[in-house]
Amino acid sequence: MEAIRTRIDVSGHGRSPVAETREAVFEARDLCVFYGDQLAIDNVNIDIYQRLITAIIGPSGCGKSTFIRTLNRMTDLVSSASLTGQLRYRGIDLHGPKVDAVEVRRRIGMVFQKPNPFPKSIYDNVAWGLRILGMRKDLDQRVEKALRSAALWDEVKDRLGDSALGLSGGQQQRLCIARAIAAEPEVILFDEPASALDPISTSAIEDLMHELKRDYTLVIVTHNMQQAARVADMTAFFGLEVAPDESRRGVLVEYDETEKIFTNPSDKRTEGYVTGRFG
Amino acid sequence: MSEPTFSLRTSGRLRRRQLVSRAMGALAVGAALLAVAVLAIVVVSVASRGAGALNLDFFTKNQAQGFNPKGGGILFAIVGTGVLVGIATLIALPLGVLTAIYISELAPPKLARVARIALDITNGIPTIVIGIFVFAMIVEAHGQSALAGSIALAVIMVPLIARATEEVLLLVPSAQREASLALGVSRWRTTFGVVVPSAIGGILTGTTLAIARAAGETAPLLFLTSLGLSSQADANPLHPLQSMTLVIFEYSDQADPAYQAKAWAAAFTLMCFVLVTSLSAKLALARYRKKLGG
Repeated sequence: MEAIRTRIDVSGHGRSPVAETREAVFEARDLCVFYGDQLAIDNVNIDIYQRLITAIIGPSGCGKSTFIRTLNRMTDLVSSASLTGQLRYRGIDLHGPKVDAVEVRRRIGMVFQKPNPFPKSIYDNVAWGLRILGMRKDLDQRVEKALRSAALWDEVKDRLGDSALGLSGGQQQRLCIARAIAAEPEVILFDEPASALDPISTSAIEDLMHELKRDYTLVIVTHNMQQAARVADMTAFFGLEVAPDESRRGVLVEYDETEKIFTNPSDKRTEGYVTGRFG
Repeated sequence: MSEPTFSLRTSGRLRRRQLVSRAMGALAVGAALLAVAVLAIVVVSVASRGAGALNLDFFTKNQAQGFNPKGGGILFAIVGTGVLVGIATLIALPLGVLTAIYISELAPPKLARVARIALDITNGIPTIVIGIFVFAMIVEAHGQSALAGSIALAVIMVPLIARATEEVLLLVPSAQREASLALGVSRWRTTFGVVVPSAIGGILTGTTLAIARAAGETAPLLFLTSLGLSSQADANPLHPLQSMTLVIFEYSDQADPAYQAKAWAAAFTLMCFVLVTSLSAKLALARYRKKLGG
């Protein structure tokens, strides 16, 4: 165990107390996701807690991204995707028949792997969604507040009218975070938000996540274990299981407080992954 | 080291294969040269015969009446083509763009494929057949009018605009759609607020190509809007109106060389219009595609 502790530093930054005292925002029960008849993730049971950062880690192809996309119904965009089991958001069945995906996504924002600002001005990237969502009052203040929350304001305040495509990758990603924050969601999902960024931008995004968790529930998919160790309160390790017919599916191997996952995992597979022996 | 028992030089079968290869290559080059030469010959011959009859009057005056066919110009035909193509564009642009949006944004893949094939087949229908169809639908009951001609031109333009639009809609990165949808923006708002604005350049150049094509159509206009041979400028779409192509058709058939000269001049004018618009639209489209793709 000593070796593991030196490999990944999980100390510090005021980690939140025990998760059990927290309210669960998402509750997945026997959640399976299929693409066509191909099982992508198998029987996931997990509670994701309010105002914590939950990291989803695991090797490529283990269904991390698929899982996080079920949380705001981005899976709807893939016509072959279907799911069984239950996924509740604050007690409501997220994929229930009367639930509107547009309303879901309004409350559960998302930041993607590759920064995807609109080909509009910096200002309009934040303001466009607000106008459409009917949040037109105090638009300028809302835009400023969102840009400040995303730690981007000082860098762009003098050129709000410039195209967002002229920003650096890290700035673009923070702009995308500002855009998500501006809509005042309850949860923000991060799908590998820093994998296309350099280390300095990555660290800026991570600092930002620490700031954001005061107000939001954050879920982050990452295949960077150090990143999970640095930012997350809770960590879920997804692994790959090979079925007898050689089809591969993602399973939730272990879910616990981040420190436990990285220093004293209960499952041999988790230990193998976090110590770098596999994956 | 013993002497090699084989040679790596050309011989026998290989020599024959190389000869065949060279002959095929020469044929291909020849065919390509011929294709380019045809364009050059057409342009040069139309220009040499038509350019001479061009003057300001040709574009700004109507055909002189009576016994002086030399005077005047084809303003009435230019106006007529403008009205015909203008109305056709007003009909075809929204239809074509909406069709493209359906195919690329909304339709399940199977239906999209069917719609795409239907558009391609419509695009392949001989335009005279479209003319007959519109004749039976409208002209038989209401008589000839520019509007009937415009409808026929619109039928020709819709598949062109729809396919060109669809192609650029597909180039808009899906990350843009995801970004908008993830904000809780509905599908149609995403389409009209993010996807279509990103594709607007491609839509416009696709439309320009369709306009160039429609302006050069003759067959469907012959029995929809050609009666009453007025040589005066008229812009009322409910009247039969002349067009550039009809003027070429009619004047080239006249015994008087003055009319034939005007037919050549009209042909030259129309050719220049089509060449310039479609060439610039294609260049703009290529540049635009590169921008979207990169």
